[in-house]
Amino acid sequence: MINTEKTLSLLKKTLALSAADQTEVLFWANDSHLTRFANNCIHQNVSEKNRSLSIRVVLGKKIGSASTNLLDPESIENTVAKALQIARNQKDNPHFKSLPPAGGKYASVDTFDAETASFTPDQRAQIARKVIEIAKRNHLIASGALSTGTIQVAVANSLGIQVCQSFTRGALKIVFQTSDGASGYAESFSARMREIESEQMAHQAAEKCAKGAHPADLPPGQYTVVLEPYAVGDMVGFLAYLGFGALAMQEGRSFMCGRLGQRITGENITIWDDGTSACGMPLPFDFEGVPKQPVTLIENGTARGVVYDSYTAGREEGKSSTGHALPAPNTFGPVPLNLFMKSGDSNLQEMIESTERGIYVTRFHYTNPLEPIKAVITGMTRDGTFLIEDGQIKNGVRNLRFTQSILEAFSRVSMISRDTKLVPGLEEELGGTVVPALKIEKFNFTGATAAV
Amino acid sequence: MRDLTDIALNLAKLKGASYADIRIVRGKQESLEVKNGSPEQIKYSESLGFGVRVIVDGAWGFASSSRLEKDEIERVTQLAVRIARASATAKIADVVLSTLEPVQASYKTPFLKDPFEVPLAQKLDLLLGAEALLRREREVKVARGSMIAWREEKTFASTEGSFIQQQILHCGAGIMATAVRDGDVQVRSYPNSFRGNFASSGYEFIESLGLAENAERVASEAVQLLGADHCPSKITTVIIDGSQLALQVHESCGHPIELDRVFGTEASYAGTSFLTTDKLGKFRYGSPIVNIVADATTEGGLGTFGFDDEGVPAQRVQIVKDGIFCGYLTSRETAARLGIRSGGAMRADGWNRIPLIRMTNVSLEPGDWKLEDMIADTDEGIYLETNKSWSIDEKRLNFQFGTEVAWEIKRGKLGRMLKNPTYTSITPRFWGSCDAIANRDYWKMWGTPNCGKGEPVQIMHTGHGASPARFRNIQVGVTK
Repeated sequence: MINTEKTLSLLKKTLALSAADQTEVLFWANDSHLTRFANNCIHQNVSEKNRSLSIRVVLGKKIGSASTNLLDPESIENTVAKALQIARNQKDNPHFKSLPPAGGKYASVDTFDAETASFTPDQRAQIARKVIEIAKRNHLIASGALSTGTIQVAVANSLGIQVCQSFTRGALKIVFQTSDGASGYAESFSARMREIESEQMAHQAAEKCAKGAHPADLPPGQYTVVLEPYAVGDMVGFLAYLGFGALAMQEGRSFMCGRLGQRITGENITIWDDGTSACGMPLPFDFEGVPKQPVTLIENGTARGVVYDSYTAGREEGKSSTGHALPAPNTFGPVPLNLFMKSGDSNLQEMIESTERGIYVTRFHYTNPLEPIKAVITGMTRDGTFLIEDGQIKNGVRNLRFTQSILEAFSRVSMISRDTKLVPGLEEELGGTVVPALKIEKFNFTGATAAV
Repeated sequence: MRDLTDIALNLAKLKGASYADIRIVRGKQESLEVKNGSPEQIKYSESLGFGVRVIVDGAWGFASSSRLEKDEIERVTQLAVRIARASATAKIADVVLSTLEPVQASYKTPFLKDPFEVPLAQKLDLLLGAEALLRREREVKVARGSMIAWREEKTFASTEGSFIQQQILHCGAGIMATAVRDGDVQVRSYPNSFRGNFASSGYEFIESLGLAENAERVASEAVQLLGADHCPSKITTVIIDGSQLALQVHESCGHPIELDRVFGTEASYAGTSFLTTDKLGKFRYGSPIVNIVADATTEGGLGTFGFDDEGVPAQRVQIVKDGIFCGYLTSRETAARLGIRSGGAMRADGWNRIPLIRMTNVSLEPGDWKLEDMIADTDEGIYLETNKSWSIDEKRLNFQFGTEVAWEIKRGKLGRMLKNPTYTSITPRFWGSCDAIANRDYWKMWGTPNCGKGEPVQIMHTGHGASPARFRNIQVGVTK
């Protein structure tokens, strides 16, 4: 990875090229490697090295942006000129106040691991072979992906912001399948590859396959569900996507609109964002270089607030950015990338044992919003769906379709696990969501897949 | 350019590669978004880079970089070889490629006006003019207009002797009205949701869309939806418009015919497929009037090109003939397993990604009905238009779609408007219930610029031709 001084020097030189009233430069560098396996062999194995610059210029209240991965002086100069040309063609944006000022306090977070950064193709292949070996021993078919990589993000603006941080990330995803349609899943990621317990994960996926052998049909309807953190993370992620950002509030499309201070879920639900917490995948600043602040979104079931970038904060009296900007320009607005859901005092085993009849869900697939304003989503279950009867996992069931308001589901949470798990968040390469397992009453399944 | 491609190919051979190719790709994109009278986002980006793909010891390796210089091409090629050797430690069989005659060729998307040369002010005027008409309706709180253009110049060279240069141009535009009342939010879009319709064409395609001409209708329908009844929950006849049916083809036919999914190599991410090879040539996918083709030569489609990213010429492949499943989207590697030649469906999302089997233009062929006659011939049902949501299981069987709007059909006539419509079914049951397809006058090519697949994820542009069609006994109005 490029050293910080060299990166910041590039940013300073780029800022100096701009004649705009205000200028911001965002640098993104990635060295990414991914080994993919399927049918018990490695079938795709790739590597990428890329560096790019995004330049945002401000002329009065006109804004222009351009980006490039050609980093020779002439190309950078052309990109600055392109951003200026775009700004000149813009109309005034009356809501724009300013790029963010310098002076914020940044959390010191540990995001880089040299061992992970230097992981080799042979090391990745070695882990893949171990996972495949466990699948073979259990007469299963292994597929999955193992990725390692380094990302460097740096932001500088003409108001004095100047930040740079390097991140490593190792991730392993495993899907095991049986010949009769059952499958099992395990996923884990960390800034430190040595924390990925690949063999234990493979055994978890294999155990799911064993429990799910000969999956049976189950009619759709309302069921008690026990959701693993993968499925809970999907739901929390959709809440963030649909309504935890200030722009969604300002445009009237968030389920939080007009409901701040009101109960929107059960009292046992608290969700917040914290980019500074070492329990997740910390990000000390956002893509405008603003320090991340913890923001409470739902507290004991009550809607408390949303996250801001500098633009949306400028549109409301007395607000300032909470450090949740995406790379500019974007029409999506600010989003939380480091979500947490408060844990409870139970565990998966107690949830199963206390269920007379219900469905155990490992994860969801192809989930999409149906009615955003009510946070209604639909999707399928996948890779480990089981019938619970009389407090025990009875058998695997064919995947089911659910159509469910997340807010209504979170109003019927009867048990929450003590343990939490880090699962992928809204951004594939940075951040993550930390959630517990949940037991939810009257979860709405509206269809089932079929054998053909 | 040959001097650069030769560096990689010669070095790969020297290091033991039995096959190697290199793609050098220069891309640029311009995206314009206007909202409520102002340009909200004008974004311009460009990128350049190369990727080297090798087979060493019978296994694949790939490496890529954004720095197109001799020493970096050498580093990346050696890394690709090292990666392939690591892959070979966990292989079951050697990679075998179906045969291909090497070609020296070039291809360029035909167009009249380069969207990157049209003045920015002119493009903004077009969008702002249409968007302003949306706001004539008081309850339209967010009015949007979008326009995107992509250009890709790519060079492909392989150790088999192919050298191909292509220039691909895609563009499109759309408008969207969001109406809000008493906590209800309803959206109408034109010509399609998710930023409009797209084609491999020049700016003349955007000018032909008629954004301004349709703006007032779109805004009015968004407001009408606020007061509309909810779509009832029942089993009924549905007539689906061409744009929604294009996405239906994409999800329930296009993905399950990708032969890599069928062979399980996408199992950990996108999933597998119910269309297993034992079904080829005998499985009834749809009713006898259902015919589907994958055609990379269709004029204007987002899946139209001269050669795929393995250097295989663009082709037309029959997928469903008279309702019977009969073909796949293939690569050189997967085709070899079936003992056939590649159908030319390997496409990569830029220089930093390997080619994967992707849809070209997967289209439902037109039938012989007039839409008006189809509605008149329907005693009871609903007519659905413009996609709002989609979801389908990992084998591509159980799906559920939502559309922006529907209208009740009663005794052969369109009646009251219905909001939040949804329909759900199982793929072969659904296509088996198709009893009428509108004729070529109603057939149109739709562009899907956001198809995700692969790890790391790749976003591909695909094309889908469709005309409205009728389906019997379909569950609508899924309860929640």
